[in-house]
Amino acid sequence: MSNTLLPKLYKTMKRIRTFEERVSELFIKGESAGTMLHLSIGEELGPACVGTAMQENDTFTTHHRGHGIFVARGGDPNRMLAEIAGKKDGYCKGKGGSMHIADMKLGHLGANAIVGGGIPTVVGAAMSYKYLKQERVSVAFFGDGAMQQGILYESMNMASLWKLPVVFCCINNQYGMGTKIENAVGVKDFSKRAESFGLNTLYVNDLDVESAYHKSKEIIDSARKFKPGFIEVECYRFYGHARMDKSPYRDEAEESEKRKLDPISFASNQMIKNNILDETDIKKIDDDIMIEMDRAMEFAINSPINEETEIFRDVYSEDDPMPVSLDKKINKILNN
Amino acid sequence: MSDLNQNFFEKITYRDALRLAMHDAMQEDKNIIIMGEDVANYGGAYGATKDLLKLFGKERVIDTPISEPAIVGAAVGAAMSGLRPIAELMYVDFFGMSMDQIANQLAKIRYMFGGQISAPMVLRTQGGTGRSGGAQHSQSLESWIMHIPGLFLSMPAKPNDAYHLLRHALKIDNPTIFIEHKLLYNTTGTLDKREIGTPFGKANILRKGKDVSIISYSRMINYAEKAAEILEKENISVEVIDLRTLYPLDRETIINSVNKTKSALVLSESYYTSSVPSEITSIIFENCFKVLKKPVIRYTAEDTPVPVAPNLEKNYIPTIEKIVEYIKKLCN
Repeated sequence: MSNTLLPKLYKTMKRIRTFEERVSELFIKGESAGTMLHLSIGEELGPACVGTAMQENDTFTTHHRGHGIFVARGGDPNRMLAEIAGKKDGYCKGKGGSMHIADMKLGHLGANAIVGGGIPTVVGAAMSYKYLKQERVSVAFFGDGAMQQGILYESMNMASLWKLPVVFCCINNQYGMGTKIENAVGVKDFSKRAESFGLNTLYVNDLDVESAYHKSKEIIDSARKFKPGFIEVECYRFYGHARMDKSPYRDEAEESEKRKLDPISFASNQMIKNNILDETDIKKIDDDIMIEMDRAMEFAINSPINEETEIFRDVYSEDDPMPVSLDKKINKILNN
Repeated sequence: MSDLNQNFFEKITYRDALRLAMHDAMQEDKNIIIMGEDVANYGGAYGATKDLLKLFGKERVIDTPISEPAIVGAAVGAAMSGLRPIAELMYVDFFGMSMDQIANQLAKIRYMFGGQISAPMVLRTQGGTGRSGGAQHSQSLESWIMHIPGLFLSMPAKPNDAYHLLRHALKIDNPTIFIEHKLLYNTTGTLDKREIGTPFGKANILRKGKDVSIISYSRMINYAEKAAEILEKENISVEVIDLRTLYPLDRETIINSVNKTKSALVLSESYYTSSVPSEITSIIFENCFKVLKKPVIRYTAEDTPVPVAPNLEKNYIPTIEKIVEYIKKLCN
């Protein structure tokens, strides 16, 4: 048991959940930029096991519900929450927000607000790594909704054809916005689709995060050897689609039943049962995380807003002129 | 919705006017179906199809997978084969994914096939800023559609027009793109169902004036009206023209108005370059050149992607203060 990664995986999942709770709090305090905040509470297992199985130089893209993946990949909660608040210290200077967090230094090639939008990106990234002889894998994270996007299959085919170091990772939380998976797919067995492209496949549908980690690592390791893979992690979206959504389209009995399938309490019980950590140890971990995330929230709230000119930065390269503001354009015409 | 059979509504939301239009049209025409992401159970991301599933059943109000190109493409096929679909794309930004089906298929069916068949359908969507939705959930992409021959394009600002234009779009034999605005759904106005359907291609002069014309559409109409009120107190008389449809476009009303006022500001929430205002400005220069006292002003959003930060997003689009400022200078 001394080699167990369970405490580490537990900590990652707990950090994700506490982070998401702070996102929600940011909204309640009126400090978030808008309400398009998609929480991954209940879905922590996938990001934790796949995120941990990736290596330091590996890269990834995420979807609109991607906070957790970046937390698992070392995202700084301060800068993430500042981004979600639309502030200057955010990863994208507050211009991208919750759905577009990205950090090239940590290999985060971008969160996406277009379903499936970030999937072909990892194919291109993997082409670069192969060509440049870098031992890196690129992982696309997306939801079950994106399984119905044609671009996924175009990307799978390219990955297979060109033997690219790519992993497609579907976090299947059962709902595409308000539509239950049964109402969105004819055949639910996603692995079969990936298999038909010759990809290695893994289907995770239990709460044992450590076992999922080991299996995910096998998929990622073979991708590194140019055998692309597909991972599906089945889970349940504990809350609504976005912060304002109270999920009227599903009944409370289903929710309370499914919320029992909590990967975090499962991992916590596993650790206690197997004498890896006791309740005091776990409480200590939880308390430290709480402090970390509370500080991150304070950081985001206190982070300054952008100067107005920030609108015009980053449209083109810094060597090129910025777009001229309308006020300037119009006043020039009017003063003629 | 209070009473579905009522003919006159003193105060109805833009959302309910649309719902009512779909409801009434579906009652009249059994071949109208609605298809899109979360349109049935959820009632539409912005509630525009709420309760229609209960009233018309799942054969006619259909939740689709998240497959934008196929949603549009399948609606085109259905329209060619006897149905009259209302397809919904949740955000106009998602047109990026479906543009082949919209521009290369839907718009060209009639012409390419020598007039044998048409694809009479309505593609509803919504756009615009105001919710910190960011670069991929806040755009105003009407110029993409206006650029393509073969498509009708409607962007109503008022509940009454939303109702009548949608009803009309569901009767004509042309494909219509219907772009709503996410911040208009909760706005209210009157609705008189007995009016003979608002014709496409007829602008509405919301306010008569003599000093300057503001030509606009969709949510910016409400900004134009507020600016006009402020300017009235300063003795500047503003004519406000709500285009309502961008194809067909009511060139005559635009030209007549500017010939009268001799100056114009074209107002929109879209990008500046190659935009709907660019087109309207050209029309004015081409037709009113000799009478213009000042150059026509295009007042739009900035030529940058939409920022999320609320303080940036707010000033990214036109403001009422600036409309007032520019018009004062125009009339100086």
